[in-house]
Amino acid sequence: MTQLPTTTDKKLGLVIDLDTCVGCHACVISCKEWNTAGYGTALSDQDPYGAEPSGSFLNRIHTFEIVPDGGEVIGSAGEARVVHFPKSCLHCEDAPCVTVCPTGASYKRAADGIVLVDEDMCIGCGLCAWSCAYGAREMDLAEGVMKKCTLCVDRIYNEDLEEIDRVPSCVRTCPAGARHYGDLGDPSSDVSVLVRERGGFDLMPEQGNKPVNKYLPPRERSALGSAASVPAVQEDTSDATGLLAWIDRALSGGSAKGAS
Amino acid sequence: MHPALSVIAFTVLSGAGYGLALVLALGHGNPAHLPTKFAWVTALVLIAVGLMSSTLHLGNPQRAWRAFSQWKTSWLSREGCMAVATFVPLTILAAMSILGDTFNLLLGYIGGIMCMITVYCTAMIYASLRTVPQWHTRWTPAVYLLFALTSGTMLYFAFFGREAGSDSNRIWVWLTLVFLVVTWAVKFMWLRHASAAGYGASSMESATGLGNLGRVRLLERPHAMENYLTREMAFRIARKHRERLSLIGAMLGAVLPFVLLVISLMVAPALGGFLQVVATISLLAGLFVERWLFFATAKHAVGLYYGGEEKLVPAE
Repeated sequence: MTQLPTTTDKKLGLVIDLDTCVGCHACVISCKEWNTAGYGTALSDQDPYGAEPSGSFLNRIHTFEIVPDGGEVIGSAGEARVVHFPKSCLHCEDAPCVTVCPTGASYKRAADGIVLVDEDMCIGCGLCAWSCAYGAREMDLAEGVMKKCTLCVDRIYNEDLEEIDRVPSCVRTCPAGARHYGDLGDPSSDVSVLVRERGGFDLMPEQGNKPVNKYLPPRERSALGSAASVPAVQEDTSDATGLLAWIDRALSGGSAKGAS
Repeated sequence: MHPALSVIAFTVLSGAGYGLALVLALGHGNPAHLPTKFAWVTALVLIAVGLMSSTLHLGNPQRAWRAFSQWKTSWLSREGCMAVATFVPLTILAAMSILGDTFNLLLGYIGGIMCMITVYCTAMIYASLRTVPQWHTRWTPAVYLLFALTSGTMLYFAFFGREAGSDSNRIWVWLTLVFLVVTWAVKFMWLRHASAAGYGASSMESATGLGNLGRVRLLERPHAMENYLTREMAFRIARKHRERLSLIGAMLGAVLPFVLLVISLMVAPALGGFLQVVATISLLAGLFVERWLFFATAKHAVGLYYGGEEKLVPAE
């Protein structure tokens, strides 16, 4: 069971746009909400209202600051860029978390490439979490089994849901449109085109895991201070008539330059 | 990495147990003598206690039997299978000595080889992880095997083997001194690898893919508090503590046993025997420290998402 399939019919996964993500954590919350009631056991919290709350999450947002070489840092920003960085299971093609599993609880589906944990077989040894470079797996401390992103396997094939909802919860909820879901094994799919056009990349390719999920880089940004040189738009109000013409005249300080 | 006591006890105790069993399985010790019978029981108990201790850190230990199924890909599964399989020749040999005062060398060789394979599998659980560059080296199984051999050998002659002062006792002491030197030389090679390993080829830049924009640093964690990942994988000890513990480990595990063994050759047999027992206990205590550091000093790639060196090293 923990032998990886040589190929998968599809490579379902996510494409995450680091240019668009605003770091609102809505995907984190919707993921927790959907998955605590969905696949497998609940995502438990420990000491949730106490001094040291923690819990299992399948998706977390880190925030990084990047200072370009020789970049000027003014106050806390300047030329430094802030990038919000959502991270969940990358459903790797060469998933070490699957092959290290001693029980066969971890597996990668040959049909769509989704990496799942059969919680009834999981002994909670934690070795799969050790083998994952991305921190995508977290032990649920209440149930003693490993939790991970299921790509919302209970949504994407769920015909009881409307078609628009048959995507992972995080993708459906993202208010910025920073998360995209599709078949990355199909070169003509929307996500594959997006990855090609925007230069999508792998996280830690040197680890040799061949992640399916891709990340889109932040777009080029104009240089510091260049925004000030953009001329203010001159609006033409000369076609205003009646009340609007009067308001225009009054607000223009009596100069009546827009009035006819 | 978080140094879980159950895993440290497992690797140290089962390692010593397999080392002792190896010595006995190679035909040392008269099977009819009472100390040899006790030695067999001790070896089996050490192995069993070690294995049981390893199940303590499981979330669902009642399903541990499932771990025997994935030997094709998983070193943890291989270790479980080998541990159980090795009990067969070792239990038969122990029973032959205890009940029948006899020994079988062929079965001994089979059992001895299986002991070494089991320890190798234990080490490969850690050495196979690409995420922990410090462990991901051939030196890791070498260190595990040599520490098992050395601790097993010392356990054998100090507690059950040759009376101090006898010629055979001297041979065992000299042999152990050689083992101690070789073991710590290999451990030194491991330490040299470990101190240079860091995060391997990975960095915060490769972890985020943002290196082409500049130097990456963590601005905010996902959550303000600790989580499973930071507790388990981003464990850190202060450098001054690491250095002090390394020194204690080397004193207890190398210097003290070596000096005590040399002295034991020069003093009255009664005192010599006592010193050999102290040397063995000291070695095992040093091994616990060495194994604690093996886990506590290891850096996991996930640490890069939590700030790498900059954020994870506690204030000293």
